[in-house]
Parts: sequence; C-alpha cells; structure tokens
Amino acid sequence: MALLEMSGIFKSFGPVEVLRGVDLALEAGEVLALVGDNGAGKSTAIKHVAGVYRADAGEIRLEGKKVEFDSPRHARTLGIETVYQDLALADALSVGANIFLGREPTRKFLGIPVVDNAKIRSETEALLKRLSSRIPPKAATVAGLSGGQRQAVAIARALYWKAKVVVLDEPTAALAVMEREHVIELSRRLAAEGVGVIYIGHNLIEILEVADRVAVMYRGQVVHVVKAEETNQQELIKYMTGFTEAEAKAA
Amino acid sequence: MASAPATTPSGPAVADEAQASSLRHRLPVEIYVLGFTVLVWVGLGVFSRYFLTAGNISNMMRQVSIDAIVAFGELFPIILAGIDLSVGSVAALTGILFAMMLAAHLPVLLALPLTVALGLLIGLINGLAIDRLGIPAFIVTLAGLQGFRGLTYLVSGGMTVAGMPSSLDLVARTSIAGIPTMFVLMAVIGLVSHFILRYTRLGRYCYAIGSNAESARRVGINVTQVTLVCYCIAALFAAFAGMLLVSRLTMGNPNAGVGAELQAIAAAVVGGASLFGGRGTILGCFIGSVLFTTIGNGANLLGVSSFWQMVIEGLLIALVVYVDNIQKKRQAGVR
Repeated sequence: MALLEMSGIFKSFGPVEVLRGVDLALEAGEVLALVGDNGAGKSTAIKHVAGVYRADAGEIRLEGKKVEFDSPRHARTLGIETVYQDLALADALSVGANIFLGREPTRKFLGIPVVDNAKIRSETEALLKRLSSRIPPKAATVAGLSGGQRQAVAIARALYWKAKVVVLDEPTAALAVMEREHVIELSRRLAAEGVGVIYIGHNLIEILEVADRVAVMYRGQVVHVVKAEETNQQELIKYMTGFTEAEAKAA
Repeated sequence: MASAPATTPSGPAVADEAQASSLRHRLPVEIYVLGFTVLVWVGLGVFSRYFLTAGNISNMMRQVSIDAIVAFGELFPIILAGIDLSVGSVAALTGILFAMMLAAHLPVLLALPLTVALGLLIGLINGLAIDRLGIPAFIVTLAGLQGFRGLTYLVSGGMTVAGMPSSLDLVARTSIAGIPTMFVLMAVIGLVSHFILRYTRLGRYCYAIGSNAESARRVGINVTQVTLVCYCIAALFAAFAGMLLVSRLTMGNPNAGVGAELQAIAAAVVGGASLFGGRGTILGCFIGSVLFTTIGNGANLLGVSSFWQMVIEGLLIALVVYVDNIQKKRQAGVR
C-alpha cells in the first residue's frame, strides 16, 4: 500500500484542462521527484495534495484511506506539509518561533496560558542538532538567514511535526551550490526518517542525485515513472518533451 | 545521491561567531532613544531650574500617562503592519460621551463600562472593515479620524461639557505612594500589553501576521480574529485615554486628542516599531512617549514656540528611523 496515492485527478480552470487524469503513488521513506516542463501541471497536481485545490474528479488516498482536504490546514493536520518556494517564514520571529508557529506549546502562568519559550528553545536546539544543521538556533529572527538556512528551517518544521508526506516545491531554486547540497542532504534525511518526500525540481542533475524515483509529467498527466538509477537526463528530457513510451524505447 | 560533507569548514564555528557579533550590534533602538532622553533631561535640568522640581516631574508623569496609553494601543495595529489613525478622534468621542453621561448624573460605575463598550464597538467596526471588507487600514481609520471627530462635535454641539462630579478628578489628582495614580494606571495597562505581546500566542501571532500574513494563514493562524482584537485594543485604549483626559480637565472637550494618533505613531516608531509590521515593543512605546512629553515640556519651560516643537519632533522621527535603518543594514552585513 502506497503512503499517498493520487488516482485519476482531473482539474480544469475555466476552459483550460490542466490535469488530465494524474496517477501517482508515493511510498514512505522515498524521495519521489516530480519533473516536467513549465505548464505540465506539477504545481497544480501538488496543490491538490497540499489542500489548496480540490479535484474535479479522481481521488487521493493517504495510507489507503480516501481523503478530501478542506483547506491547507486540514492537509497539514493529516500529516502533509508543503514547503513552498517562497518559504512562508515569518521574518520577525526566531527560528524556534517559526518551527512552532501556530502550534506553540503553552504553560500556565497565574492561570493564563503563555507560550512556553523555554521548551521551544530546547526542542529547537535538539532538532537542529539532530539535523546537523548550520542554523544558529539562537538567531533572534530568521530575517538574517540565507535561503538555504530558511529552507532548512521549513524542512525542520516538517520533520518536527512528524509529517508523513513532505512536498518540497523547487527547494533549491534560488540557492548557492553549497546550500543546494545541504538541502539535498536534508531531503534524504527526511526520507531516511520514513517520510515520503515529493520533490519538485527543474535541475535534472540534482533530481537524479536526490530522488529514488522520478515521475515525469507532460500536459497534465504523469507519463513516465522510473527509478533514478535506471534513467538519465536524456531519457527524462524525451518524456518531458512529449515522446511516447514506444518512441522513447525506439530512440 | 552524493553525500555532502557533514561539517564543512564554514560550519558551526563561523555561525557562532557571526551570531556573537550580530548580538554585539543588536543594541535595540530603545536604548539609544532612552540615552538621548536622559541627555535631554540633563540639558533641561541645567537650563531650567523648574524642570527637575517635584511639581514638574509629577506633571510630566501625568501628561505622559495619557499619551503612552494611546501609543500602547496604537502599537498593536502597527505590529500587524496596519495602522489606526482614528485613535485621537475615538478618545475625543468616548471622552465627550463619558462626560455627558456624568453631566446627566449617571454614576461613574455605569458610565465607565458603557464607554469601554463603545470603545470596543468602534474597534470592532474598524477591524471588520479592514479584515472582512478588505479596505486598507489606512483608509478605514482615516475615515474614522474624520467621522468620529465629526460625531464628537455633533453630540457636543462643539461645546465643552462641564458639571463633572467632584469625585472625578480623584484619578487625575491623587497619588499612590508618591506616584500619580494616572501613571500607575498607565503602568498597569503597559504591563498587561507587554505580557500579551511577549508571552501569549496572541502576541506572537501579531508579529507573525505583521511579518508575513500569508505564512501566518498557511500555518492555520486565525488572522481575522487577531486583527479584530488588535483594533479593539487600539480603540479601547483610546477610550481609556479619553476618560482620563476628562478626569484631568474635569470636563469633556470636543477638541481633545487632536493629532494624538500622529503622536502615538511617532512614539511607537521612535521606540523601535516598524510601520512595515512585525516589530515594536511596549517599552519602546513608553520611552518614545516620554521623549515627546519631555520635549514638549522642556520647550514650554524654555519658552520655545510650539511651532518649533513640531519641527523638532519631526526631525527626531526622521533621525531615529534613519539610525534604525543603519543598524539593520549593519546587522544584515554581519549575519
């Protein structure tokens, strides 16, 4: 049984049919890369999993059970964390405050619930240590962190809250080479902890490095799924640009 | 998958060092403003014999109390990256209605909760217009600035309201352990506000929304609720200030609180708040209020024209924001 399964997902925006029956299965503990040309429907497909869109037809199963997400929040409570390109961290808050944002532990002070900052601090330090992360845990705010460090905070958040599925939407898009390595390492780390990771990317070299399997989308469908070690850039590009299975074999 | 080196040469050591040096540079702007305020005190103490007398000090403490309470309220919308331009007019409207109720021989214990309720209602209207109708806070509360002032003139006929019960100025005139009662009230309101901002989820969500409303929404924070609470606090504190003014003047004055919103915003900004949201503290607001009160008081004592006072205050706001920006840049440089 797959951890997360999308079957026959259709989605149209007005007259434009963006998804034409997407089938995709994600296993626990794997990094599944999702590639495709611009407009192939990667982001739209992923937003169904994140609870942003609802499918016109088709269904999503999480651990074998059919799920319908009312909202991103709902998806999150069911264990699906999405790390968006724009990262969605609150700049004014510390690393710990961001990791716990919206789910702060509280303790009673004169009967009033107050945010338990000591707990947030110690948990954050332990978490960052566990990730062998280079984020200074005591940084006053995340505003001064680099793109890779911010990405790491977002991933750490997913890890801490025991997400079952983590969707990374082009996590290395704006990063320097060293930082890119770190994010790839963190993605592998998530998978090693048993999380199912969907990794959207453009850079095929990176994709082949990070992924266990690669799913190629073309014009609103998943046209090819292959183990990373059994494919190469040329093959992936062929599928991305619309070769059929037969043509790809022949070529 | 290639495994990246576990610790690179630029690993934890560098990060720690950067952190330490950024701590050194991260003296909050409040400290500079406080230092400057103390300098002004010393200067005024030298140039005016009257400045450091007990009478003048307690007078200043009363004056700063009202200004600071308005500024504390104003801080909440500012942290949200919003603004409340209506607080001066709300103080006037609630004050005048409070005075009229007292003049009509309503007991204080009835007039007070009614005024508080009115303040909350106004805050609710502001907050709903901003959050539900999606009108920018600046516009909503600009309308309030004009509208509530108009209502104040309408209900009072533009006249002051006299005939307050003799017990009313108790709050304004008495002291607790040598500290003016008004100042104590202000301190309590300030402490409660500080507690909310610093230690509760609500406070944390204010900063989160102010720095990235979308991310706050995505993690499931109820942005509408927090917005409503913040504008209610701003209006409520304005109502407190309105009532205290009535107590201090022992009459209702429809011209009360003209320009109070700008003074409050200036105090918050001088105290380290950012109009782009996500930053600001109660302590900073208080220090900012003290600075402006000091300048006003000192200028009066030295016979400086009130027009020059406005010029000085304007320059101060510009200077403080400039210093703060330099600081932020320096901080970013050492990250």
